[in-house]
Amino acid sequence: MKDEITREERVDNLKGMGCSRKRVEDARFTQGKGNYVDDLKLDGMLFGDFVRSPYAHARIKNIDTAAALEVPGVLAVLTAKDLEPLGLHWMPTLAGDKQMVLADGKVLFQGQEVAFVVAEDRYAAADGIELVEVEYEELPVIVNPFEALQSDVVLREDLVAEDGSIPDGAHGPRKHPNHIFTWDAGDKAPTEEVIASAEVVAEETMYYHRTHPCPLETCGCVASMDKVNGKLTLWGTFQAPHAIRTVVSLISGIEEHNIRVISPDIGGGFGNKVGAYPGYVCSVVASIVTGKPVKWIEDRMDNLMTTAFARDYHMTGKIAATPEGKITGLHCHVTADHGGFDACADPTKFPAGFMNICTGSYDIPTAYLEVDGVYTNKAPGGVSYRCSFRVTEAVYFIERMIEVLAIKLDMDAAELRRINFIKKEQFPYTAALGWEYDSGDYHTAWDKALKAVDYEGLRAEQAQRVADFKAGKTRKLMGIGLSFFTEIVGAGPVKNCDILGLGMFDSCEIRIHPTGSAIARLGTISQGQGHATTFAQILASEIGLPADSITIEEGDTDTAPYGLGTYGSRSTPVAGAATAMAGRKIRAKAQMIAAYLLEVHDNDVEFDVDRFVVKGAPEKFKTMKEIAFAAYNQAIPGIEPGLEAVSYYDPPNMTYPFGAYVCVMDIDVDTGVPDIRRFYALDDCGTRINPMIIEGQVHGGLTEALAVALGQEIAYDDMGNCKTGTLMDFFLPTAWEVPNYETDYTVTPSPHHPIGAKGVGESPHVGGVPCFSNAVQDAFRPFGNTHTNMPHDHWRIWKTANDLGLHD
Amino acid sequence: MIPAAFEYYRPTDMAGVLSILAEHGDDARVMAGGHSLIPMMKLRMADVPHLIDLQDVGGMSDITVGADSITIGAMVTQHDIIDNAELTAAAPILREAALQIADPQVRYIGTVGGNVANGDPGNDMPGLMQCLNASFTVVGPDGTREVAAREFYEAAYMTAREDDEVLTQVTIPLPAGGYAYEKQKRKIGDYATAAAAVQIVKEGGSCVSASIAMTNLSDTPVYSDAAGAALVGTAVDDAAINAAIAAMLGDIDPTEDNRGPVAFKKHVAGVILRRAIARARSRA
Repeated sequence: MKDEITREERVDNLKGMGCSRKRVEDARFTQGKGNYVDDLKLDGMLFGDFVRSPYAHARIKNIDTAAALEVPGVLAVLTAKDLEPLGLHWMPTLAGDKQMVLADGKVLFQGQEVAFVVAEDRYAAADGIELVEVEYEELPVIVNPFEALQSDVVLREDLVAEDGSIPDGAHGPRKHPNHIFTWDAGDKAPTEEVIASAEVVAEETMYYHRTHPCPLETCGCVASMDKVNGKLTLWGTFQAPHAIRTVVSLISGIEEHNIRVISPDIGGGFGNKVGAYPGYVCSVVASIVTGKPVKWIEDRMDNLMTTAFARDYHMTGKIAATPEGKITGLHCHVTADHGGFDACADPTKFPAGFMNICTGSYDIPTAYLEVDGVYTNKAPGGVSYRCSFRVTEAVYFIERMIEVLAIKLDMDAAELRRINFIKKEQFPYTAALGWEYDSGDYHTAWDKALKAVDYEGLRAEQAQRVADFKAGKTRKLMGIGLSFFTEIVGAGPVKNCDILGLGMFDSCEIRIHPTGSAIARLGTISQGQGHATTFAQILASEIGLPADSITIEEGDTDTAPYGLGTYGSRSTPVAGAATAMAGRKIRAKAQMIAAYLLEVHDNDVEFDVDRFVVKGAPEKFKTMKEIAFAAYNQAIPGIEPGLEAVSYYDPPNMTYPFGAYVCVMDIDVDTGVPDIRRFYALDDCGTRINPMIIEGQVHGGLTEALAVALGQEIAYDDMGNCKTGTLMDFFLPTAWEVPNYETDYTVTPSPHHPIGAKGVGESPHVGGVPCFSNAVQDAFRPFGNTHTNMPHDHWRIWKTANDLGLHD
Repeated sequence: MIPAAFEYYRPTDMAGVLSILAEHGDDARVMAGGHSLIPMMKLRMADVPHLIDLQDVGGMSDITVGADSITIGAMVTQHDIIDNAELTAAAPILREAALQIADPQVRYIGTVGGNVANGDPGNDMPGLMQCLNASFTVVGPDGTREVAAREFYEAAYMTAREDDEVLTQVTIPLPAGGYAYEKQKRKIGDYATAAAAVQIVKEGGSCVSASIAMTNLSDTPVYSDAAGAALVGTAVDDAAINAAIAAMLGDIDPTEDNRGPVAFKKHVAGVILRRAIARARSRA
């Protein structure tokens, strides 16, 4: 057979790895043809919604539902009393705690679910909610975790024994009724010793404020119990549909084969849709009770005020160094505000997530981390908003500590980073807090970044600006924000990563069709990441069929193989690896078929782009398309018909993407308004699957980083009232607020990942937050600023200037 | 975010509107663009059992630039303001201000009448209209009357308009001299942290008239007569501007909110007014 096209053209036709293939999802999204959970309409579908507590801490004396039940269209009002006989008035959280589904005698945060009104439509439900009469007795409110640990007010009476003693929690001993856990990593005594004897020690206390992932689509579900066949179908905004199926089965007693969980199109997750929420449980119960499908959809205020906040870490650091700037030790203590229930979404053994990546990108020989989790009268959550578990907090901490140390040493912060980076030849590198970094080349990335922005030139310009400011020639300061981050993603190895006992492997199942197209199903679920595009590219390169001929399907537990879902940048490191491995199984069988068809020994053929060729005789070949047809339609001795494979991938290690970011910002001292003049982002995510999608991910992650650093927060007053429950006050940037981003990259493949990929969706957020923050703080460094807390909104920036006497 | 049940009316003439208002009193509200009223209804902070949509009434969508004055119908949208070249030539401050209201989608629907009539201290047009010494035409059961913008606002959401009246038109004396609308906000779509509307007329290097109004720095827009007076008869130099700012600070009464505490707002109000005056001066 004669080849009509060149090898390069054959490669191009596959649209495999490295190709900026256009996202196949976008045809429907850009035409408004997506299918989100609120688009689902079923015959006889009812609508449920919550009566929510106006108080942050109160005892519930009585709930009167009579008037609500009089509203035309209202069918039922569920309270904890109705759920109790089913054992569903409380539910387990992902963090080993339990959470009220509906208020059981008291409420612990404003917006807590008190009763669930089920009605024929959402209008009747809303009218019913107005008429449910709840009698509250207000209790003292605690919104400060330090106060919580001193207070006589017990938030969780259910966690104190009758004799007043404090039973252990899911993560060991508790030292106060409002204390959840103490978790530590590293060597305490040696670290304290290093710090005590160090020539230079910089200390800082910083508060990483509470914020929220705020996906455009809020959380919701539709539960439909078919009483005839006993099957429950649950559609919802689930980042981990299989985990939801297992949890629903465990708490409801419905056998897992009778539960089908479907995640349709999801409009962003960012961690908000990992957890299990009372709305899911109530919808299921309401469907079982009424025999009809029941829909529950959060509105924006529900979403911001009740489901899954992020951050809220009070961090204290000590960093020791030689006078030359070589870091010798790091100590970190965190007081973590978890709200009324511990519903953090972390692997079970890591109640503070991977906060112990807080030694960052630096070769720090001795370190110690201690985290205390605390209950307060705030909403539960504690998810990883566009980052792997608590990694944004960790990277913010170390990237601020580096800056604080640079100030203490009167040293350039870029140089301080350079002399402390883990060196290329040290990889795989075992950090003082236990993680084994797989690969990295930090110096190369850093040098490339600093050169790209003309770092020396920027510093000279900044010095001139300071002189001009002092001379009264300008009222604008210039800040240069630096950040070098190492992420830890791809949770994770089953030996140390599970959620509620579910190992964090992932999976891919491939069926090749006889005519040479394919469908692959995965245990993950895209929320905008473009899985249908990129996983097809991985497969195209692995099995030699065009990406355009491969359908990627996720999110239906009846069809997809079991997996732990999409969050923490785990899809590419785990499910992407499973995809490659399943593809290789396909290829191995294809090799045998090809050898049979070409009448040579298996070892005498080799894979070449889209075919197997006879070694040394490239004109003799069988394309994968031909092989697929033969696999189904030709009797081949010793080989089963068909061409399918499944792979469950348990990663041997995490992957460690890294990057170097620089932000240049002008700050109006008089109004506190920052203007981002330039943002340069170099990302190394290992092997690059789709450069265009990477760039999109970087833009998105940086924008959410800008939001968090410059204004996005969930704030409470002293009474526990949430002050930021709408998008008027909760900062969600638009195109107007977003600067032009310059993206760049280096490629340092992961040595243990089948295709060397590391994941990128969250890196820009992790690295971006400290970069924006450092830019603000750097502008004020020449005037004596060491550290100010985020979010750097106008008034806080103004206050920094004011405190430094710059308005006098 | 579901409003309580309400009756929806869509009369085709003003007589129809007035008869519904007469029947239901303060249980009825008229709606122009709805960008202030509908969110309040969805939050159940505004209870409007009878909602009267003005869309089909007609006759309130014209912009007329006359020899001495400009008239703007209540149903004219912010986008119409931005898009009208004749209006921009006659009163460029209107376009400059409208461009700083919300975002294009809101501006296609949000109206001048709704913006000035609702009495929301965060809205930009009330302060602007006070600066321009506009008057509002209101129609009620006893006929038509004119109310000066500087007399219209009594407290947050409380105005000189009676419950049975409808604001139908804004009339603006043709402005002269230099202008500026300066606004600081946290993001697109936000209300002002502080905003200033300034018109200055100079003759022979001296200011002969100045008009200054501030937005979202009190429970009503603040027309600061004293601030304008501080500029008149001066060259609008630093000393005069300082005096104007001092006068303005005496007239505003900001409260703390998520934008910041009072001290910050007052400081920013001064900075914003300084910049607005400087820009207006440069255009005078």
